[in-house]
Amino acid sequence: MEKITGSQAVIKSLIKENVDTIFGYPGGAIMPIYDALYEYKNEINHVLVRHEQGAIHAAQGYARASKKCGIVFATSGPGATNLITGLADAMIDSTPVVCITGQVHSSLLGTDAFQETDVIGISMPVTKWNIQITKSRDIPNAIAKAFYIAKSGRPGPVLIDITKDAQFDLLNFEYVFCNHIRSYFPFPALNKIEIKNAAKEINKSKRPLLVIGQGIILSNAENALLDFVKKTDIPVASTLLGLGAFPNNHKNYVGYLGMHGNYAPNIMTNECDLLIAIGMRFDDRVTGNVNKYAKQAKVIHIDIDKAELNKIIPAHYAIHADAKDALNELTIEVFEKKHSNWNKEFKILEKQELNQVIYNSINPKSGKIKMAEVINLLSKKADQNTIITTDVGQHQMVTSRYYKYENSRSNITSGGLGTMGFALPAAIGAKLGAKNKTIVAIIGDGGFQMNIQELGTIMQSNIDIKIIILNNNFLGMVRQWQEMFFNKRYSFTDIQNPNFIKIAEGYGIQGKKIEKRSLLDSGINQLLKSKGSFILEVICEKEENVFPMVKTGSSVSEIILK
Amino acid sequence: MKTYNITVFTENNIGILNRITIIFTRRHVNIESITASDCEEDGIYRYTIVIKTSQSQAIKIVNQIEKLVDVIKAFYYENKEVIYQELALFKVSNSSFKNEQINTLLKNNDAKIISLESEFITLQKTGSTAEIKKLFTYLKPYGVLEYAKSGRVAVSRPMRDLKDFI
Repeated sequence: MEKITGSQAVIKSLIKENVDTIFGYPGGAIMPIYDALYEYKNEINHVLVRHEQGAIHAAQGYARASKKCGIVFATSGPGATNLITGLADAMIDSTPVVCITGQVHSSLLGTDAFQETDVIGISMPVTKWNIQITKSRDIPNAIAKAFYIAKSGRPGPVLIDITKDAQFDLLNFEYVFCNHIRSYFPFPALNKIEIKNAAKEINKSKRPLLVIGQGIILSNAENALLDFVKKTDIPVASTLLGLGAFPNNHKNYVGYLGMHGNYAPNIMTNECDLLIAIGMRFDDRVTGNVNKYAKQAKVIHIDIDKAELNKIIPAHYAIHADAKDALNELTIEVFEKKHSNWNKEFKILEKQELNQVIYNSINPKSGKIKMAEVINLLSKKADQNTIITTDVGQHQMVTSRYYKYENSRSNITSGGLGTMGFALPAAIGAKLGAKNKTIVAIIGDGGFQMNIQELGTIMQSNIDIKIIILNNNFLGMVRQWQEMFFNKRYSFTDIQNPNFIKIAEGYGIQGKKIEKRSLLDSGINQLLKSKGSFILEVICEKEENVFPMVKTGSSVSEIILK
Repeated sequence: MKTYNITVFTENNIGILNRITIIFTRRHVNIESITASDCEEDGIYRYTIVIKTSQSQAIKIVNQIEKLVDVIKAFYYENKEVIYQELALFKVSNSSFKNEQINTLLKNNDAKIISLESEFITLQKTGSTAEIKKLFTYLKPYGVLEYAKSGRVAVSRPMRDLKDFI
C-alpha cells in the first residue's frame, strides 16, 4: 500500500465523502493541508472567505440549501476561535458542518506556543462531537466518524483538530465509511404502540393543532406531512426554522408561531384540545410564558432528540422518533376527518390580523418605506426557485411574516442563536449548495456590517447573490424593545452607516439605493434580474415596530396587535 | 431538592469527563462528588456523580448526558436505589490517644488503622457520608492533622445489564 501524508489523507477522505466545496482560510498550522489541497483544485472548489466566521456561516448556508455537510478549513488559534459563533449557531439550529482546524505540532500542545489554543476545550459545548488528532493514521477514521455524526440523528457541527505533525506524517490510507458507533444511537426505533396511542388521541380530538419545526425538513418528511394533513385536515402552524417545510399557500397552513408570529396560531395554541408538535423544541420565542402555554391541551411531542422531550413542555405522548417514520405510521393509524369549522376559526383571526396589522404594513400610502411592503413585493416577484437568507432582528421577523415560503429549504436564517452577520455568508454558501436557485439575502443595516468583509468572497469567487439591506439606521429590534420596555431610552442603538453602495462598488458589486416608494417596484425588478450580485439598499421607516408581539412573560394568547 | 446518584457509562476517550461536567456547569448544578473507574465491561468507563437537584432536572441532565456521542448509557438514582460507599482517611497524632481509646473507636466506627508512624497514625473508614462525618466529628477534638475523603462509588439496586445498551 502506498504511503501518503496526513494532509493528503484529509483531502482524499473528503473526496470519498463526496465533498465538492470547502469554505476556508489558510494559516500556519493548516498549511500542509492547504498544500495537499493545491493538487485537487479541479476536484474540490475551495472558497476563500475573508473571516473564519464567514466560512462557517457559509458552510451552514451550503448545508441547509444542499442537504449535504458544510465543510470548513481554518488554522489554529484565532482561526479556530473565529469559528465558535458559527459552531454555536449550527449546534442550536441542528446544521451538519464538519470543521477541520490545524493545530500546532503535538510536542507544543499545552506550551502556549504561537497560535496555540485549546480549541477542543473551547468548542466542546458548541459541537456535537470533536476530536484532536495527533497521529496521521487516525485521520481517515476521524473524518469518517465526523461525517456520520454530523449528518445522522439530530444533525450538528463537529470539529477535527489536527496537529501539524499529524498532517506531515505518513500513513497507509484506507477509507472505511462509518455507519455505526456503539455508544451513539441516532436512529430511534419507532414504537408502534406509542404511535397507536397518539393516533387514538388525534382521532378523538375536535380541535387539533399541528406545530411543525425544522425536524420536518431534516428528516425529509415534507411529503409525509402533506399526506398526514390531507387525511386529517388538521391546521398547521410553523416555527421560524420550520418555514417552508409546509407550503405557505396550503389551505391548512395557519401561520407562523411565536413572539412576532401570526395572530391566529398563537391564540389557538391556547384554544386547541390537542397540540401535535413535530420536529420542534418549544423555544421560548415560540412558547412565551410556558406556565400559560397550551395548558388546556393534550400534547403529542415527536422528536429525534430524546433530550428535547419533556424538556420545556411536558408531553402526554412523548415519542422519540424520526419525524418521517412517525408521520408515515400516524397517517396509517388516523381516521380520515374534516375539521372545517375549526379551520374556519383560524381564518376569522387571520382576518383580524390582516385588517389591523398586515394591510397597513404592506400598503402604506405615505411616509417612508416599510419593511413589510418590501418583503411583500419581493415575495410576489420572486419565483419558486428562490432561497431567502436572513440575519436576526426586525428584518428577520418581517421576512418570516411576509415572505410566502412555499418550498422546503427556501428559508435559511439564524434561529436559535440569533446571529447578526449570518445572512451574507450563509447566502454565499446557499448559492454554492444550490447553484440553480436565486439567493436573496435580506439583512439589516447593523447585521450587514457584521460580516461585510464577505463581499470580498463574492467578488473573488464570482458568486451571484441578491442582497437587500433594509436600512432604518437603527439596531431596530433592540430599539423597539427600548421603546416598549425601557422608556424610549435609545441607548446605543442609533447607528451611523457608511455608503453601502460605494462599498459594494469597491468590491465590484452593483448596487442601488432607494428612498422613494415609487421606485421600489423597479428596484426589486432590477435586483432580481441583475446579472451577478446586486445590493439593493432600501431606506426604511426609522422607528417602525414589528407587530403582532408576544411580550416577554406573556402567554402566546396575550399576543398584541399594536 | 434531593440527592441523586448519576451513573454514566462511557467510552474511554480523552475529553469525555469535560463534556459531562459542562452539562452540570451550564445548568448551575454543583457536583458534590464524582468518581471514575473501569466497570464490569472491558473498555467501558463508569462515572458516579452525586448532585442535589430536583427529579425533573436530574432527568433532563441524564438525557443531555446520554446525548453525548461517547456516552453509552446514563442512569439516575435516589440514595435508596443504590448501595454506595465512600472512603475516608484520617491522619491523627499518635499522642492524642490512649490505646484502649483507639480500640473502642475502631470498633464503634468500623474503622481500621492502615499505617502506624512515629508521629501519627492513619485511620481508614469506609461507609456512608453520614458515618464518615460522625467519625470526623468524634476525632475533631483530638486534632485531625489531615482528612481526605473519596467521592462516592455506587452500584444500583435495580437489576440491569450494561450489555443491553451496547
